[in-house]
Amino acid sequence: MRHIISILLENEAGALSRVAGLFSARAYNIESLTVAPTEEPTLSRMTLVTRGSDEIIEQITKQLNKLIDVVKLNDLNVHGHSHIEREMMLIKVKATGSKRDEIIRLTTIFRGNIVDVTPNSYTIELTGTSDKLDAFVGSFECDSILETVRSGVMGIARGNSALHV
Amino acid sequence: MELSGSEIIAQFLKDEAVEYLFGYPGGAVLHIYDALFKADEVKHILVRHEQAAVHAADGYARSSGKTGVALVTSGPGMTNAVTGIATAYLDSIPLVVISGQVPTAVIGSDAFQEVDSVGISRPCVKHNFLVKDVKDLAETLKKAFYVASTGRPGPVLIDVPKDITDPNIKIPYSYMPTISMRSYNPVIKGHQYQIKKAMELIKRAKRPVFYTGGGVVLSNASQSLRTLVQRLGFPITSTLMGLGAYPATDEQWLGMLGMHGTYEANMAMHETDVLIAVGARFDDRITGHLEHFCPNAKIIHIDIDPSSISKNVKVDVPIVGDVDDVLTSMLKLLKDNQENTNLEAIKDWWKKIRQWRKKNCLKYNKKTKVIKPQYVIEKLYEVTKGDAYITSDVGQHQMFAAQYYKFDKPRQWINSGGLGTMGFGLPAAMGVQLAHLDQTVACVTGEGSIQMNIQELATCMQYQLPIKIINLNNRYLGMVRQWQEFFYEGRYAMSYMDSIPDFVKLTESYGHVGMQVDKTSDVEDALKEAFAMKDKLVFIDFITNREENVYPMIAAGKGQHEMELAPDSELV
Ligand SMILES: Cc1ncc(C[n+]2csc(CCOP(=O)(O)OP(=O)(O)O)c2C)c(N)n1
Ligand SMILES: [Mg+2]
Repeated sequence: MRHIISILLENEAGALSRVAGLFSARAYNIESLTVAPTEEPTLSRMTLVTRGSDEIIEQITKQLNKLIDVVKLNDLNVHGHSHIEREMMLIKVKATGSKRDEIIRLTTIFRGNIVDVTPNSYTIELTGTSDKLDAFVGSFECDSILETVRSGVMGIARGNSALHV
Repeated sequence: MELSGSEIIAQFLKDEAVEYLFGYPGGAVLHIYDALFKADEVKHILVRHEQAAVHAADGYARSSGKTGVALVTSGPGMTNAVTGIATAYLDSIPLVVISGQVPTAVIGSDAFQEVDSVGISRPCVKHNFLVKDVKDLAETLKKAFYVASTGRPGPVLIDVPKDITDPNIKIPYSYMPTISMRSYNPVIKGHQYQIKKAMELIKRAKRPVFYTGGGVVLSNASQSLRTLVQRLGFPITSTLMGLGAYPATDEQWLGMLGMHGTYEANMAMHETDVLIAVGARFDDRITGHLEHFCPNAKIIHIDIDPSSISKNVKVDVPIVGDVDDVLTSMLKLLKDNQENTNLEAIKDWWKKIRQWRKKNCLKYNKKTKVIKPQYVIEKLYEVTKGDAYITSDVGQHQMFAAQYYKFDKPRQWINSGGLGTMGFGLPAAMGVQLAHLDQTVACVTGEGSIQMNIQELATCMQYQLPIKIINLNNRYLGMVRQWQEFFYEGRYAMSYMDSIPDFVKLTESYGHVGMQVDKTSDVEDALKEAFAMKDKLVFIDFITNREENVYPMIAAGKGQHEMELAPDSELV
């Protein structure tokens, strides 16, 4: 199953490579990984998306917890808890002729924003779940997509519970 | 106190009560060496190869329970140390390794003797640090010792750029006796509810067995283990790493389990209904094919490392905590006048075990003229009255030592179990001897392994370490040859070493005593003679039976009950 794991880790050089190294050394799968400092500058928040059986996910969280730089973590997909997840994408597409209006309509439907325009292209900003971004990408023909960049998934638990030190 | 970075290192090691520093100098650590020289407080042992520095620190740590410390230079010094660090990592041995690094200003420029030490060591350390500011040095050193020695122990590397140790930059220093880290809080106390659940299982068990590992030794839990096992009257087996934690001369001891374990230990594992795993990690050399591993057992697992639990084998009652703490809590739950166990069932269980024991799976023919390696170990046991510290290398000789030397005390048996590092034995023995100056230390090795760190004979001379080297010389990389005999139709690809040196002359050239023995009838006298030379290193080259095999054996991928025993023809 797909799991989103939120991690607070020491904002130290090398902390990221410890996490990445753990995943490659133990042959765990990483679907996406995002990391940035938090409001507390000595901490970084990482969101890691992985897939595996319950046993593997259990090992992943245990092994992550064992890293000295990991201060706290939370599996957002544990039973009985819900969460919000978001990913952001910037996508540059060919936009000529009648396509230009069509793309604007599509962008509105997906609640995206066109953030840059040239005579031949649009750059669109879109936020949502990964599925939504996939669907948006899927609505273009392959050869009309010039470039995409995605942030990877960020997640946060619903309700009062918060991941902090 | 205002000190430079290098003086801080020297002073800190003293404040931390470090007894020995094992190391080898080079450009990046010259400031440190100068400060150590001037302070002249911590005893520095100059090895002949950085791998040996780390193994020696490791042997010191394993045999004393204290943290071992090594100092190496940047680049090749550090890369040479990596095998030692990985060896300690896989066996969870507390070490602090200080490596020099090129000056901060040139890091990343492929400077002379620069390697990314933090990157290279990352997968085989518990943690590592690169010190970027001399102001962080003292705290980093303290953190390193704290992380290395607490929780599940392990090696920690501190990479120190040369400018950090600049003798001209002085800063205030004071020793911090303790430290805490928000990101590191190992669990010590076992969960009471889980412990009670375990005791319930134990009470109802009909065919229980204790399966113990290196964690018992690391947590100094030998005494509580003995008390608990004896009060319960259960059989006990242990991994290679756990030998000595429970006395091998005791009636309840089944011998080692696993690939070269005893018949009774592996059969008891296979038929047990309640397995009590203590500080052991269900490694593949223990479990054999997982499908056949303890098929009928409810499993209790006590370990300080949550990630060890249910990693390879799903367990029923996990207890995270320090082994000694948990065993002590279990003991408290035993009732004095009531039955704590199912006595009738346990009696029947022992009956069954005694049947397995009758196989006498470690018997071998002692009447041969050519020396049997097993015989050498048995005599070694007798001559040293079972009281020596034994280190070993890796191969058949290691298994013979584990099977035939009856270890009664923890920390008496020192070997590289997890990584299986040939070349470990001699440098480890140096560390053991330094930790126990008045004790007998022997290194059981093979002609292949000993040549992987033979240069340390010079270190032994320099520091007058009277180690006894028991070389079981079968003129083969015996363990490799055994696998080739069993699984490759006897094609001995590269398992024979031509041009084996004359070990007697070699030893003598370093200034030690060398002996060679090639007849069974001379074994005992030679050992007596060697061990009588209390202040000399003696290298005894035993010319042993060439194609001796280690039995019993569970072939890789077989179940634990599918042991192969020595063929009868071997026994007459
Ligand atoms: C550094 C290292 N290289 C290779 C091996 C693989 N290996 C395991 S046992 C062995 C043979 C050891 O030969 P020897 O020291 O003569 O011991 P014997 O098995 O003959 O008793 C080898 C090559 C190893 N364990 N360590
Ligand atoms: Mg050999």
